Amino acid sequence: MYPAPVTERAFGIRLGYRVAIYIAMLLWMAPLIAIMMTAIRSQGDLLDGNYWGAPETFSLFANYREVFATSPMWTFFLNSLTVTGVTVVLVLALSTMAAVAIAKYRLPGATILFAMFIAGNFIPYQILMIPVRNMVLDVGLYDTVWGLILFHTAFQTGFATLFLRNFIITLPNELFEAARVEGASEFQIIRKIIIPLLRPALAGLSVLVFTFVWNDYFWALVLVQSDEAKPLTLGIAGLKGEWLTAWNLISAGALFAALPPVCLFFLMQKHFVAGLTAGAVKG
Amino acid sequence: MPKLWQRNQSWLTPVILLLLPVGLFALMIVIPIVQSIWTSFYDWDGTGEATWIGLANYQELFDDPQFFVSLKNNVIWILMFLLAPVFGLALALFLNQPLKELRFIKAVFFLPLVLAPVIIGVVFTWFYDPTFGILAIVFRFFGFEPIAILSDENFVTFGIIAAALWAQIAFCLVLFLAGLSQLDAELIAAGRIDGASGWSLLRYVVLPQLRSVSFVATIITVIGSLRNFDLISVMTQGGPYGSSTVLAYQMFDATIFSYRAGYGAAIATVLFLIMTVWIAVFLWYTLRKEAKVG
Repeated sequence: MYPAPVTERAFGIRLGYRVAIYIAMLLWMAPLIAIMMTAIRSQGDLLDGNYWGAPETFSLFANYREVFATSPMWTFFLNSLTVTGVTVVLVLALSTMAAVAIAKYRLPGATILFAMFIAGNFIPYQILMIPVRNMVLDVGLYDTVWGLILFHTAFQTGFATLFLRNFIITLPNELFEAARVEGASEFQIIRKIIIPLLRPALAGLSVLVFTFVWNDYFWALVLVQSDEAKPLTLGIAGLKGEWLTAWNLISAGALFAALPPVCLFFLMQKHFVAGLTAGAVKG
Repeated sequence: MPKLWQRNQSWLTPVILLLLPVGLFALMIVIPIVQSIWTSFYDWDGTGEATWIGLANYQELFDDPQFFVSLKNNVIWILMFLLAPVFGLALALFLNQPLKELRFIKAVFFLPLVLAPVIIGVVFTWFYDPTFGILAIVFRFFGFEPIAILSDENFVTFGIIAAALWAQIAFCLVLFLAGLSQLDAELIAAGRIDGASGWSLLRYVVLPQLRSVSFVATIITVIGSLRNFDLISVMTQGGPYGSSTVLAYQMFDATIFSYRAGYGAAIATVLFLIMTVWIAVFLWYTLRKEAKVG
């Protein structure tokens, strides 16, 4: 283990280390702590210039009541949920199919497909913006959550295929050969053998895709216009312009939008980290 | 018919499986790239008639001072973003200890990674607020006049980058912690026996083992720095006076606000070409590793 474990060091060093990590954590979280403190303040506090002292009243719930009463925050939330939920399901289905095909069959051009999915993952959104926007307009999905779902599904399928392919390729071939000898059809093999083995990978992948899609702002900006179809990210950005200095409301709204991915992350931290580092660390 | 299927299913299965995902990917990703490049040779407002003008958009680009502001800012973004792997590694070394509470503390350090850039933008705008933000209070505490970071042409880009680095460092931290957890314990023990410790152990034993992680962290960081759009859009909209734009933002601005789709497509193409270099490096590395592992 590097660096040498502090648990083997003198008591003073151990104590000093503990103090240091907690201070570091507080500094790291300072921007978030600031916004949490602001979300519990009343408008009166802010008008008085009482930004960082003890809040006069605990107004977190009053702030949220106002956020939901004066803005379509609930609609934004449902839109985010629809876009993210549907996309995750579609991406899991499509990428499992593609990954099995690339990883377990001898295909001419498999390497090209593989390279295409890797590269597609990193291209700048701007090179897609104009044609995708026009296409979505042409098929009548502009300013609907379905336009967003269509694009996100296509884009995330690239990343997801890559991710699952790296996992499937580690499954031993003998497994499939044995099933084939037993007379199982190709689709039976996929359903009965590959998918059950894939479960942990699919869990990690869902968390990642959920986070990516939930946090998207650019495509919402490009493909959506009205409040009826806006996801939370775009909604919050708009409210920031509308509420101007009502920082207690903006903070409350921002925290609300951040909550789902943060909760999911704490629940599935192991899967998330494993997913993120897959492929980057090995080799 | 069933006979035919049985005889051919070994090659028909992958084709059927690939049909939908590859079709969708081609339709929404691959073809639009070609269309965008094609569009960059036209004078087009995005909806009406398009006129072929050859390379005129590119000629205009190289006379456009805004383009060079964007390009300069992109370079600043890349250079500053290279701090992310450095800080990420330092933090990873700091947090790589066998204490129980570190599981939670590490999770807190990873947190910016799951926050939307829009949220980070809002948080930091508040943080930088020249009258009420924490930064202003810190400045006053030390007896300085607070700087309005986001409305100062000299500081604005650095202010946005600092916000972006928050999440990028978290990303590098995740990678390096994973790398540290897979260090060869025997090599390190051997190094210690040979009298190496601290820096020399890090330099000659640990870092060589982290080469692969460092490479991936650096490349993804560079690509990430070029893709940044959300923070600029939320924090400054490219302002003040266009001083904080990058190519990604200028492209959007030209297309949506100035109705110049052809010109926007030209900017997108330039950005795409710059990024292709880095993507190619990453691709080359991944495919080579792939070939080795088999």
